[in-house]
Amino acid sequence: MTTLPVPPRFRVVGLVNYAVVLLTLGLVVSSLAATAPALGRLSYGVARLFAPSGMLMQMVPPDFTRIVPIGWKLLETLQMAVAGCFLGLILAIPFAILATDRLSPHPIVRQVARAVIALFRTVPDLVWAIIFIIIVGLGPAAGVLAIMVDKIGFAGRFFAEAMEESDPGPQDALRAIGASRLGMIASAVFPACLPSFTATSLFALEKSVRGSAALGLVGAGGIGVDLKVAFDLFNYDEALAIILMMLALVVAVEQGSGWIRRKLI
Amino acid sequence: MNQSLSPSFDLTGVTSVAPVLVVAGLEKSFDDRAILRGLDFTISAGQSTALIGANGSGKSTLLKCLVRLVEPTAGRIEMLGRDVRTLSLRDLRRFRAQVGIVWQRHNLVPRITALSNVIHGVQARMSGPRSWFQALAPEVVRAEAMACLDRVGLADRAMARVDSLSGGQQQRVAIARMLMQRPAFILADEPDASLDPQTGEEVMELLLGLVRQDGLSLLMISHRLEHTLRFSDRILGLSQGRIALDLPTGQADAAELRRFFDHPEDA
Repeated sequence: MTTLPVPPRFRVVGLVNYAVVLLTLGLVVSSLAATAPALGRLSYGVARLFAPSGMLMQMVPPDFTRIVPIGWKLLETLQMAVAGCFLGLILAIPFAILATDRLSPHPIVRQVARAVIALFRTVPDLVWAIIFIIIVGLGPAAGVLAIMVDKIGFAGRFFAEAMEESDPGPQDALRAIGASRLGMIASAVFPACLPSFTATSLFALEKSVRGSAALGLVGAGGIGVDLKVAFDLFNYDEALAIILMMLALVVAVEQGSGWIRRKLI
Repeated sequence: MNQSLSPSFDLTGVTSVAPVLVVAGLEKSFDDRAILRGLDFTISAGQSTALIGANGSGKSTLLKCLVRLVEPTAGRIEMLGRDVRTLSLRDLRRFRAQVGIVWQRHNLVPRITALSNVIHGVQARMSGPRSWFQALAPEVVRAEAMACLDRVGLADRAMARVDSLSGGQQQRVAIARMLMQRPAFILADEPDASLDPQTGEEVMELLLGLVRQDGLSLLMISHRLEHTLRFSDRILGLSQGRIALDLPTGQADAAELRRFFDHPEDA
């Protein structure tokens, strides 16, 4: 039997690769040094939090005396999330179709659609909320629009990826029949992508519920306003009650969407 | 269903019916690599023609060129009385509606019912949501789809999800979808390739039945010598992008045909 040459255990890494690794390490270390909190300061702050007059101690027990108005605000938060998410998911579909290689009518259209989706995703929802407060004024409408735009960015990207990865065979078969582009998308692409679309939509709803609570901080409606007021007035026990109710809502939505995911997918 | 063209065969297997496909000087190159190098042949109505050739001989490319799923580089294709290469995109869609294609893989839409998949075939002549799913389809379309499923022996599985059916049943659903198109010409790309021998034979018999009973024309790529001899009236052999053999099946010599198959011992 002839002896075959044994390949080396590790590949020789070039000078450029070493330089890239060193640069990355340098970036991490310098970032930590510039921005991470000093350990002493951190431990002092934590100790103050747990002191008898500290915020955490004032939070317990939570104050549920305003449970009814807080409950209504929580409902408004959920409604904002559902409405914004619904509108965002519906509008994400055409954006995603236009951003998909195989389905887009023209490469320029595809690039524009991708750029718009990236823009919607990159700008934080709090910034969108401020923009829409300027347009439609304070209140839940601005929050709904902010969630909608955020969801177009979020779902648009994942819908496009799902359509990109779907089996081209059924689409080609319908194209060969002479089916229209719309017929091909509705008949072959959507049914194949349905599990992925459902999962993305449920994650979008969870994200919307979590996000909508924060939108009130800038005046875009929902429970966030009450939370901000409670902190501003040092009503930490009421703030804890609001946080616990928000937690219950988020957990309920996550459990519900998890159940739907298991049933449908 | 289609009107029977009632072809008459002479002793050589050549029909006296006017050709439904005329291919002249057909060439196709990918970059600088020539796949088809000037093909000339005609196919008559109501004829089952087997296209044989080793891997890379250009069989699938030829089939795709015929309906312009791949654009030919040069040559003329006249099919069902239309000059295929000069058709506008709109006319090409209408033309494709007349040509049924059975693929090597069934290419059905997963997760939906066999009936909805068959109804998709009506998109050849009807557009809009009523052709997307069985629940939205008009009664007449649903009835025709059921008749197509019955033709392939799957009427009782109409509401089954296609991904729950066996490979052979899925291929039969694909044939039912093709029937729903009401095609005049069938192109089949190794329709029995992914099936066991028994099921493959059933599918081939089904396709030949459409030729014999409905007068449809069939051009099929065949990778099994036995099926080539049993289910065709005429054999075209492709080699290195050229027609290297063209004769009625009755005159074919099995030993001569073996050189057109990749694994002659299995063929």
